[in-house]
Amino acid sequence: MQFPGAESPPVTSAADVPYLAMRHISKSYPGVQALDDVSFDVRRGEVHALVGENGAGKSTLVKVLAGAVTADKGDVLVGGRPAAIHSPKRAEQLGIALIYQEFNLIPGLSVAENVMLGREPTRGFSIDWHQLRERAARALARLHVELPLNVEVRTLSIAQQQMVEIAKALSTDARIIVMDEPSAALTTQEVRKLFDIIAALKRDGVGIVYISHRLEEIFAIADRVTIFRDGKHVKTDALSSFTQDDMIRFMVGRNLAAHFPTLPPEPARAQPLLSVQGLTMPGRVNDISLDLYAGEIVGFAGLIGSGRTSLLRGICGADPVAAGTMLLEGKPFQPRGPHDAIEAGLALVTEDRKSQGLILGMSVRENVTLPHLADFVHRGRIDRREEAAAVAKLAADLHIRTPTLEQLVRNLSGGNQQKVVLAKWLLQKAKIICFDEPTRGIDIGAKAEIYELMSALAASGTAILMASSELPEVLGMSMRIAVMHEGRIARIFARGEGSQEEIMRYAVGTVAA
Amino acid sequence: MTAGESVAAQAVETQTQKAAAKKQRAALLRTVGLFIFLVIVLAVLNRATHGNFLAPGNVLNVLRQIAVNAIIAVGQTLVIITAGIDLSVGSLIALTGVLMAGTLASHPSVAVGLLLAVLVGLSAGGFAGFINGLPVVRFGLPPFITTLAMMLMARGLAFMYTNGQPIEIDNHAFNSIGNGFMFPSLGHLIGIPGIPTQILVMLAVVLVGGYVLTQTRFGRYVYAIGGNEEAARLSGINVFGVKLSVYIIAGALAGLSSLLLAGHLNSGSPQSGVGYELQSIAAVVVGGTSLMGGRGSISGTFIGALLIGMLYNLMNLLSIQSYAQEVVLGAVILIAVLLDQLRRQYLTT
Repeated sequence: MQFPGAESPPVTSAADVPYLAMRHISKSYPGVQALDDVSFDVRRGEVHALVGENGAGKSTLVKVLAGAVTADKGDVLVGGRPAAIHSPKRAEQLGIALIYQEFNLIPGLSVAENVMLGREPTRGFSIDWHQLRERAARALARLHVELPLNVEVRTLSIAQQQMVEIAKALSTDARIIVMDEPSAALTTQEVRKLFDIIAALKRDGVGIVYISHRLEEIFAIADRVTIFRDGKHVKTDALSSFTQDDMIRFMVGRNLAAHFPTLPPEPARAQPLLSVQGLTMPGRVNDISLDLYAGEIVGFAGLIGSGRTSLLRGICGADPVAAGTMLLEGKPFQPRGPHDAIEAGLALVTEDRKSQGLILGMSVRENVTLPHLADFVHRGRIDRREEAAAVAKLAADLHIRTPTLEQLVRNLSGGNQQKVVLAKWLLQKAKIICFDEPTRGIDIGAKAEIYELMSALAASGTAILMASSELPEVLGMSMRIAVMHEGRIARIFARGEGSQEEIMRYAVGTVAA
Repeated sequence: MTAGESVAAQAVETQTQKAAAKKQRAALLRTVGLFIFLVIVLAVLNRATHGNFLAPGNVLNVLRQIAVNAIIAVGQTLVIITAGIDLSVGSLIALTGVLMAGTLASHPSVAVGLLLAVLVGLSAGGFAGFINGLPVVRFGLPPFITTLAMMLMARGLAFMYTNGQPIEIDNHAFNSIGNGFMFPSLGHLIGIPGIPTQILVMLAVVLVGGYVLTQTRFGRYVYAIGGNEEAARLSGINVFGVKLSVYIIAGALAGLSSLLLAGHLNSGSPQSGVGYELQSIAAVVVGGTSLMGGRGSISGTFIGALLIGMLYNLMNLLSIQSYAQEVVLGAVILIAVLLDQLRRQYLTT
């Protein structure tokens, strides 16, 4: 049997047999191998960091642990015995607790009620409030935090809410606590407090799985590190055997998965098509300035929450902009909403096509013509034949596979749905198209077609802004790469200038902007 | 594309083709089944009522009775397709009714009174709809709340305006819209004074409503907003204006139906229209419109209103007492919507 740490055995004795061991776990979703034969273990009293890029398989592993999804293959052993975690309840019984990025607290209930939620001690038919408060107080005391038990959770700060989450985990007598990006919403000081608590938990023999994009945190508290990439286990070792550069290399070091088309030559950068100056959206995007030229593809790299999506939405009028100016073809451009931006020739292909890009209960024809329906209206009436003819042409150009144009978009595959979204914005040629995660969740064939299309659009003079969490995509499809970190552009690379490792360093903030 | 991929793509295609075929089959089955079912039911019922049920006079009677409900149900359909609801239309019938009666009382001239009354009725209804819709589009309040508030306020205002007493209407031109007839020669063929004006107004509203919903940009936007409001907004649709408009239309149509009702009764009463909002919602849901929004039709709503009207009429002809009628109607609504739901589940699996 192969243990994950076998490559370079850390200091082990019989005593630290892992409390939790996951062996040869595989899990696939339609079109994606989310986990491919990975193994992972956690010992009592250690902090085991799990790192990898977006989509590396970390969340899937966590979901398997939590009993939220069932693995296709592989075993989970708890305390040396096989354990079938088929439900969140079972995970809790086995002593595994999870703290998600979005808290699972009930804002209108008190701190004590939240800590003991679902496990309220009872006396007869009623809740034993005395007991409940006492047990909640005990869990909070283990964290050495002072929180009033009776205030509503909604009134607490994010950091305090997190303490409540941890107390909730402790009150279930958890022996393994999984923390998924726990520091995402915390200030530096609060993070320090969190680390103190983690240290206290370690002393109590609790094993911690710590998931974070922030490498400096990993180096501050982890004992061991496991790196995932593309659903595969890359390496598990003691922290001391890594440098930050190693870690980044292991995270991104892969062959480019898709074949990218040859991009058209970079345009002459004389008169910018769009000039953004000091664009600011409070809490999300800070003082962004950028010039975009006709026929150019600018890719935005960065971590989730770095402001890429917000920036694109701000430019396209989807979200309000607090400060900054934009010039479109030299003229002031201030969209008050998506309508203005569309009129001006901008298009936004949103990251989530199902919730923002498409009306799933409408047909292909109706979805495609929605932004430019006025073009098909004659004397107040929509001319469906004209509509169908225009959509049919686009559907053929884009190879949208659908039995008829009257098919509901709901029934199409992800790749075809994405092509329907693109068709919406190609009906009337947009000057600037903002792509947010253009190929998320679609198969390789459709991906390649979308890359071809982007390249052809650029060749015809359309300017493209593309935000993507897939570094190879950013590298393969961009003429310039803007790396974002915490709402700012940390650096702009020219094509061929930055390596994956270098981009990642700016994205995680290990290089100051 | 590799061989494996193309096989997979083909599999997906045959699957979607299968789904489409299944859908066509289901649609055909539904139409044929429904038709046969209707013919049998109507024949049996006609016999049970000794031929009274399908007598021309009775059919027109049913149509006349459903006119008020069908008109407000058209507005209700628009609101519900945007995933909203309008609980105020019943009370608005009362409020616009007494306002029109009051206007007529203070303007003895037939023509001026009629003109002013119609103007007051429609604009008061439309304005109330505006008040319903504004907090929904501007502050995101649930339409259930804003229209519930309007339901209470409009009813109260109607009572305040009249001191609780109905106001008599003696403007014959106004009243003739509610109880008059048109095309007498057509009526004589079947032995009645003509086609009731109410029915003609209703048919006009249903036809225009159906046209707007299926043939115009506004109609398409109504569906789009109900289907996915955020996607609609990002497609450049003026969600604010379209949503506000459907509430205004629903209010104005309540005013129009009130005109028919007040004319028919020769009075404007603060007590009229009680429970009509629920009748209209019943017609909409029986007609297959989803309360979740994004799906539905005016033709369905019209059929829904017709079915409910026929049911009442039938129960009267069969001398079923009125308490039992409510039980039957409730059960029919439940079964109709349940069957629709089951059919949809069959289609999606």
